[in-house]
Amino acid sequence: MNLAQAAAPRPLPPVRPEYERPLEPLADAPLARPLPWPARLWRAGWLRKGLILAVLAALWELLARWQDNDLLFPTFSATARALAEGLYSGELPGKAALSLAVLLQGYAAGIAAAFVLTSLAVSTRLGRDLLGTLTAMFNPLPAIALLPLALLWFGLGRGSLVFVLIHSVLWPMALNTFAGFQGVPETLRMAGRNYGLSGLRYVLQILVPAALPSILAGLKIGWAFAWRTLIAAELVFGATSGQGGLGWYIFQNRNELYTDRVFAGLAMVILIGLLVEGVVFNALERATVRRWGMQR
Amino acid sequence: MTAAPPHPPQPAPLLAVDRVSIDYRTADRVVRATHRVSFDVHAAERYILLGASGCGKSTLLKSIAGFIAPSEGEIRLDGRAVARPGPDRIVVFQEFDQLPPWKTVAENVMFPLLASRRAGRAEARERAHDVLARVGLARFADAYPHTLSGGMKQRVAIARALAMQPRVLLMDEPFAALDALTRRRMQEELLALWEDTRFTLLFVTHSIEEALVVGSRIGLLSPHPGRMRAEINSHGWDLSSMGSAGFQGAAQRIHRLLFDEPAGGAADDAAQDGGIAGGEAAGEATAAGRSNAGLRRIA
Repeated sequence: MNLAQAAAPRPLPPVRPEYERPLEPLADAPLARPLPWPARLWRAGWLRKGLILAVLAALWELLARWQDNDLLFPTFSATARALAEGLYSGELPGKAALSLAVLLQGYAAGIAAAFVLTSLAVSTRLGRDLLGTLTAMFNPLPAIALLPLALLWFGLGRGSLVFVLIHSVLWPMALNTFAGFQGVPETLRMAGRNYGLSGLRYVLQILVPAALPSILAGLKIGWAFAWRTLIAAELVFGATSGQGGLGWYIFQNRNELYTDRVFAGLAMVILIGLLVEGVVFNALERATVRRWGMQR
Repeated sequence: MTAAPPHPPQPAPLLAVDRVSIDYRTADRVVRATHRVSFDVHAAERYILLGASGCGKSTLLKSIAGFIAPSEGEIRLDGRAVARPGPDRIVVFQEFDQLPPWKTVAENVMFPLLASRRAGRAEARERAHDVLARVGLARFADAYPHTLSGGMKQRVAIARALAMQPRVLLMDEPFAALDALTRRRMQEELLALWEDTRFTLLFVTHSIEEALVVGSRIGLLSPHPGRMRAEINSHGWDLSSMGSAGFQGAAQRIHRLLFDEPAGGAADDAAQDGGIAGGEAAGEATAAGRSNAGLRRIA
């Protein structure tokens, strides 16, 4: 039965009449409608992220109350109070400013060094080998492990901190930037060379903007690495030249068992991180790669 | 054809490709892409390089642009040998990513003018608005490339090239990635632009129809390695003559020149360079030749 059906030739489809239909103007249905306001509100990123933070804070508060041991795990409200006091007295902002000043120095120097290394790497084969070898050697070395050496070389001061910061920023930044440069499409490269661009102008006008998504990722990773290194260095080696940063603040208060202040110091580190991520990097991304459609 | 009257003395060509051979270097061997190719392009000509894939036409164009150095022979523009890429030969590529995404449409058009220091900022802006109006994109001057359609992106690339007023405009299958309807409109627009300014055009394509419509003279390249097979005049055809018997005749003639090789020739070719990626392209091309004659796209 089935076989017979399959073997029989299918009938031709019917020939149907043609028609033409004039397009009526769309009168009743508007082309675009505004979204309802809850949907619009939910689209705001800061609101969603704020909600996550609020839930986390509530969980913290509940957990700490249930634990009921201020020395081990202070509540969110106690931490917030200690943070507010520290901010109000000017102690925390002062420490943060000290840390940030050192951090920015090391960060900027690391980025500059990474730029020089990657520019060399895209222009010559030897430069490429140099970058590859150096990153393979030094990227796995934790910056903290270099700190004893740095203290020997540069003494107990800002110099050794900047040295380890450069080390922690340079290699991930160089790796990311170089990967970004290598991913620039061949057509774009040829277009740039077609206009007579070469050398530094070629790097700055074609390679850097085209690789900006990777460079921004490198900047973010470098920033995070620099923070970690700095706080850890301050924690391990205490104050440098009599003045301590945030890490020193945390270390000192732990020694004196002001656990709420330890948490406040940690919160300060987190807050600065969130601020830089949310304000600086976000603005940078919105003004560049997202506006250019290179990243969503 | 045989007893043609002697030609009047020709003016010096704008672009001379003189016995140019180009070699590709792979990991373990050197492969010849084009072999002693010669042709001249005169001012205001619309010269088409036509051939199946693997005939080295894009390689030739890149060599003229200065991206690839020929291993033999010379390319001369205005009598001077071409040594490196330069703003006197602007390339319009096939790919849509030729527009830097970090520049708006107007900035994209201004970019080569500023980069090559041909014009100051004010003049560049003025020229950009002028050419953008001519390609019908004045309204999109401040848009970023990622918001444009493929056809609009190619229009920006063409506008950018025209704004530079290069000695010769090099186009590497600029419409191949577009849909058929857009492609046809772009061909029309390109011809209208040419009527406006009479720029010199070197255009690479693998479509016989496109070659006949866009070009005033067609250079036919045979594949593996690329060698000149013929040069044909096509200034008589445009989009309106596409269905006519004469047009069909010209298309069939080109088809025959490209595919009906003397017996044994094709086998020789395939044997010579079976190792190149073009090995399967040759088979593809002959298959297309045998199949539908109405579908005259090579490769």
